[in-house]
Amino acid sequence: MTVVELSHVSKHYLLGVERVAAVSDITLRICARSFTVLSGPSGSGKSTLLNLIGCIDRPDDGYLRIGGETVQNWTDTELTAFRASHIGFIFQNFNLLPVLSAWENVEYPLLLAGTPAADRRRRVDEMLDAVGLSDKARHRPNQLSGGQCQRVAIARALIHQPDLILADEPTANLDSQTAMGIITLMRDLQRERDTSFVFSSHDPMLISQADELVQLRDGRIVPPDSNQASGAPR
Amino acid sequence: MNPLILAARNLKRNGRRTLVTLLAIVLGTASILLLGGYARDISYGLQTIYVQRSGHLQLFKSGYPDFGMGNPSGYGIARSNTIIDLVREDAELGPMLAVATPMLHFGGIAASPGQTTSTTVAGHGVVATDQQRLLAWNGYDVPIPSAQHMLGEHGADTAVIGIGVARMLQMCDALELSQCPRPPATDDDASSATPGELTALATQFETLEGPADTTPQLDVLASSIGGAPNIARLSVVQAVRQGMKAFDDTYVAMHLAQAQKLIFGPGEPKVTTIVIQLSRTEQISAARERLQSLMSGPFRDANLEIRDVFELNPAYGQTISMVRALFAFVATMLVVIVLFTVSNTMTIAIMERTEEIGTLRAMGVQRKGIRWLFIAEGMLLGVVGWIAGVVLALAIAWGLESFGIPWSPPGMAIEIPVTARFWNEPLLILLTCVGMVLVSMISAWLPARRAAHMNIVNALRHV
Repeated sequence: MTVVELSHVSKHYLLGVERVAAVSDITLRICARSFTVLSGPSGSGKSTLLNLIGCIDRPDDGYLRIGGETVQNWTDTELTAFRASHIGFIFQNFNLLPVLSAWENVEYPLLLAGTPAADRRRRVDEMLDAVGLSDKARHRPNQLSGGQCQRVAIARALIHQPDLILADEPTANLDSQTAMGIITLMRDLQRERDTSFVFSSHDPMLISQADELVQLRDGRIVPPDSNQASGAPR
Repeated sequence: MNPLILAARNLKRNGRRTLVTLLAIVLGTASILLLGGYARDISYGLQTIYVQRSGHLQLFKSGYPDFGMGNPSGYGIARSNTIIDLVREDAELGPMLAVATPMLHFGGIAASPGQTTSTTVAGHGVVATDQQRLLAWNGYDVPIPSAQHMLGEHGADTAVIGIGVARMLQMCDALELSQCPRPPATDDDASSATPGELTALATQFETLEGPADTTPQLDVLASSIGGAPNIARLSVVQAVRQGMKAFDDTYVAMHLAQAQKLIFGPGEPKVTTIVIQLSRTEQISAARERLQSLMSGPFRDANLEIRDVFELNPAYGQTISMVRALFAFVATMLVVIVLFTVSNTMTIAIMERTEEIGTLRAMGVQRKGIRWLFIAEGMLLGVVGWIAGVVLALAIAWGLESFGIPWSPPGMAIEIPVTARFWNEPLLILLTCVGMVLVSMISAWLPARRAAHMNIVNALRHV
């Protein structure tokens, strides 16, 4: 089953008067319940591709199908509602809301979904327990370490049981030991919750865990036969 | 998460900036309330002074206000007591009435025997007890010193004058008036002594009238019926400071019978005015309507016309218009300052929280959700600022009441304490609340709209 399907997708940006291709003619399928890494050097287009998959950017050309829905012609309101229920985001800088506690940050997607209070309480407690932060529930992000913040962000991305979790360089701001812990956690939760993770990263530790590896260079997918990466589907 | 709790937490993030913004709203609210209260008190203070002196409504012979001021005999109302009795007994008017009293107004010249100065005066023949009741009216509880009219305690040949009249006729010492300036010495003083023949005439007059007493005397010369001059010598029993300087410099009140004797001689006594004072100013239109119907009925033969206190005193309307225009201008300026302050705060907050906005949008918060996030912050600022502003205004107003700082309102000759009793104006308080909250929300709306329309990818990349 395919969770992401892109066909001849292109995205250009204007740099001054010059039109620069961020991604060109990308055709890609990502299987459901997979741990997929988009890899490549800086400027290869992996973040742009992740943004397009996450419905926070629109392609200039091509066809885009996410979670079985053809989304490229949807309005902003429809896309926003779709993101709220089907996609979870994990960011490089964690992007937690600083005025909310860890517990409240995790609760936020459930509030957007209109989940009843009792259900919210149960699910948030359970999720914080799953990421090992039950004892930090009342802490604000500035009272947590980088690794703890990223755990909260993972919990927040998973709490509403989305079809797809997108993570942009999730280990880039963490030391290697913490990064390994985060990768292991994400891998375990992906298997446990039977969901799909798509990463943009050039972290070899993360790439080594990938079920699927998509190599990008200059906005295009590098064919598998020229793939230099060591990651292989598991 | 309650949006207001989220808004409160976000406002706490930069406490100093929030405090400065709140301060603008607090000062704006307090200034508007105090200015509004002050304008209200000026309005009611002036109105009270006018109503105490001229009642709410006056009945005249038709044409008197325009043509008859100098001709009281030609525009006199005969059998005024019958009309007043009808007014008092009327089922509709009676309950509204505070005072209904006849008056005879006339112009004349007053002089003090033994002095060379004279001055034109406005003579008022009044019923002394009614005059005291007129002066007692204080429908708005304005802290005006109560005027005691002493005419009622003295006999028929007595007068009460304005302080200005006493000053001009150099009667301050005789009346033992404080705050009554003496004239500077002039070169003419020696040559302007009363000519011998006039002194002799005055002595003869005193001899005719009886023994001289120590009470200061006042001669009032007026044109009697038919145009012949007539004179009355009165004992001045009191000099009363009138509210308006124009009144103060011309006011001479005497018993109605004395004034009628001066103007009408042995002829039929008439009055020029029937003064009607109501319990409340708001009753003017109802009372006027009823009087109009009486004038086309029982009073038809009297050929009367009605003027209300505002028509009789156009300076009141002009002063109030000026005060209101000033209030509106200052209030507008304050609102604009608040608007820009809140807007500036929100713009900076949005710049600082761009990445956060991008995150929320990515997570699935709709544009309207982002808008409301910031508008809620504006609303909270408005509500808290308004409450603190009311408290500050109450404290300042209480301080003003306690210190009793005196001042003379425009055109007035008396000093009254500065007050700003805005708590008696619930509409002003409500409008200030709605205004401040709305202004704060509108100030936040424009930056919030920009935030809601940010490109999500650019917002997430913002550093």
